[in-house]
Amino acid sequence: MAVDNETVRRIAFLARLKVEPEKLEDTKSEFNKILAWVEELGEVNTDNVTPLVSVNDEALSLRQDEITAGHISEKILKNAPAQEFGYFVVPKVVE
Amino acid sequence: MSDYVIETEKGKWEVICGLEIHCQIISKSKIFSGASTEFGDDVNENVSFVDAGMPGMLPTLNQECVHQAIKTGLGLNAVINKYSEFSRKNYFYADLPQGYQITQFQYPIVGEGFIDIDLSDGKTKRIRIERMHIEQDAGKSIHDIDPHKSFIDLNRAGVGLMEIVTKPDFRSPEEAGAFLRKLRSIVRYLGTCDGNMDEGSMRCDVNVSVRPLGTNECRTRCEMKNVNSVKFVMQAIEVEAKRHVDVYENDGEICQETRQFDPVALTTKVMRKKEFAHDYRYFPEPDLPPLILSDDLINQIKKELVELPDAKKARFVHELGLTPYDAMVICENKEVADFFEKAAQGRDAKKVANWLMGDFFAMLKKKNLDIAQSPVSAENLGKLVDLITHDVISGKIAKDVFEIMAETSEDPEKIVEERGLKQVTDTSAIEAIIDAVIASNPENVASYRAGKVNLLGWFVGQVIKQSQGKANPAMVNKLLKEKL
Repeated sequence: MAVDNETVRRIAFLARLKVEPEKLEDTKSEFNKILAWVEELGEVNTDNVTPLVSVNDEALSLRQDEITAGHISEKILKNAPAQEFGYFVVPKVVE
Repeated sequence: MSDYVIETEKGKWEVICGLEIHCQIISKSKIFSGASTEFGDDVNENVSFVDAGMPGMLPTLNQECVHQAIKTGLGLNAVINKYSEFSRKNYFYADLPQGYQITQFQYPIVGEGFIDIDLSDGKTKRIRIERMHIEQDAGKSIHDIDPHKSFIDLNRAGVGLMEIVTKPDFRSPEEAGAFLRKLRSIVRYLGTCDGNMDEGSMRCDVNVSVRPLGTNECRTRCEMKNVNSVKFVMQAIEVEAKRHVDVYENDGEICQETRQFDPVALTTKVMRKKEFAHDYRYFPEPDLPPLILSDDLINQIKKELVELPDAKKARFVHELGLTPYDAMVICENKEVADFFEKAAQGRDAKKVANWLMGDFFAMLKKKNLDIAQSPVSAENLGKLVDLITHDVISGKIAKDVFEIMAETSEDPEKIVEERGLKQVTDTSAIEAIIDAVIASNPENVASYRAGKVNLLGWFVGQVIKQSQGKANPAMVNKLLKEKL
């Protein structure tokens, strides 16, 4: 499996990363090197093997339904680039 | 089969529709954090570091949200999956601070099920449920404060949601509307979601396509997101289906796209074309191991399940003798059904149902009250029916008594006693009035005796009027016939 420039551009867009046009070729070849490396895993026979989602086989622990957090809006907003009336303020986003 | 058909000069078309419904789970705290789910609190007050997407914070699943999902799944007659997994759905939006939504993708907690809906022609139709999964809600963006900025409140971010996906089984707007009302009724009975579409705690995405009537084609569908009332969902289906027919009949093509329904203009317009469609790149959520449910837990919840609308309706029909229609109306809302049962306890349930659906509902509507705020209690409504059944008051007087009850919340027995409204069943008292009426209307008496027997009604009316409505009509009738 190998990717082309268009795929690189698309992945960069989805990840909101800026890839300059002159860096496109390099990025593509890096992508393809990684993919080739991952493809080596294909040599292992995985017939009848259940996919392993996590190496952590601990059971999921559940929480009681209690209010234990909140009322820290000052801290929550501390890193916000802009805030007004207690809201995060961002450039207009309308779909 | 539904008889909803779009007919034009060129042909007949059938509508195919499926729904996706997001229901906010009723729980005290959020699905993956300990922040409160309270609606309407101060901005960004119910936000934890998990909800704000701070680095290194880990989600912990709220047990109550899992129980609520199991309950809802059972209410949808669905398979509860003992193994389910969480996944990340990746997209960037300002009200999603993590950059991904924790949801379920390949292995949802609830599998296939169904809901039977009641249609206006008295028939029922089974709508199949494809699946239901649990996930976290996003925050709220406000776009109308400033022309260049959006304001973000994360109080809703992380509130638990159940997403219910139906099969494309709807063939008319009516069916979709009936389904939403039924679903709302079920989740309210279960106490798993408050079902308020106008507050956004229940939101609906509508998928619509059309095909020539009588074919089995699968044509391109369009999705309308976040349609927020039953009426709008029905209108959106109608409007969008007509648009498809129009495009096809003019040799156009329908593109798969997300559209927005405009309830004022009654049109839909494109929101997002497929080429800009999200590519969510789902992958298993590394912070949460799979969710494993035990049979014990599922059986325990099954045992504690309340009686659902369909079961209650069947019981009201078979045990209390209500008509299916009356039972359906009464059972749609659990509070109404409970009120009715209390009022009907040990009485003629049909009579109580008539009063409930007639004067009682009209009174609530006029006063703009919920049943919980009713000035007339269930016990008192029941007592009023008793007074009529036992001939203490006539049906006509009962209406006056009810009016007084609605104003004063008083016990009807007390009202009847204090205001002297008891029906006169004393023969001699009625006879005295009859004699007076006969004596003062000799001409009518003569006509009646000469054969104008339909004057009897007039005499009955006069006697009851003279008794201020208190004379028992059956007795007046009988005694008048004897005297004339």
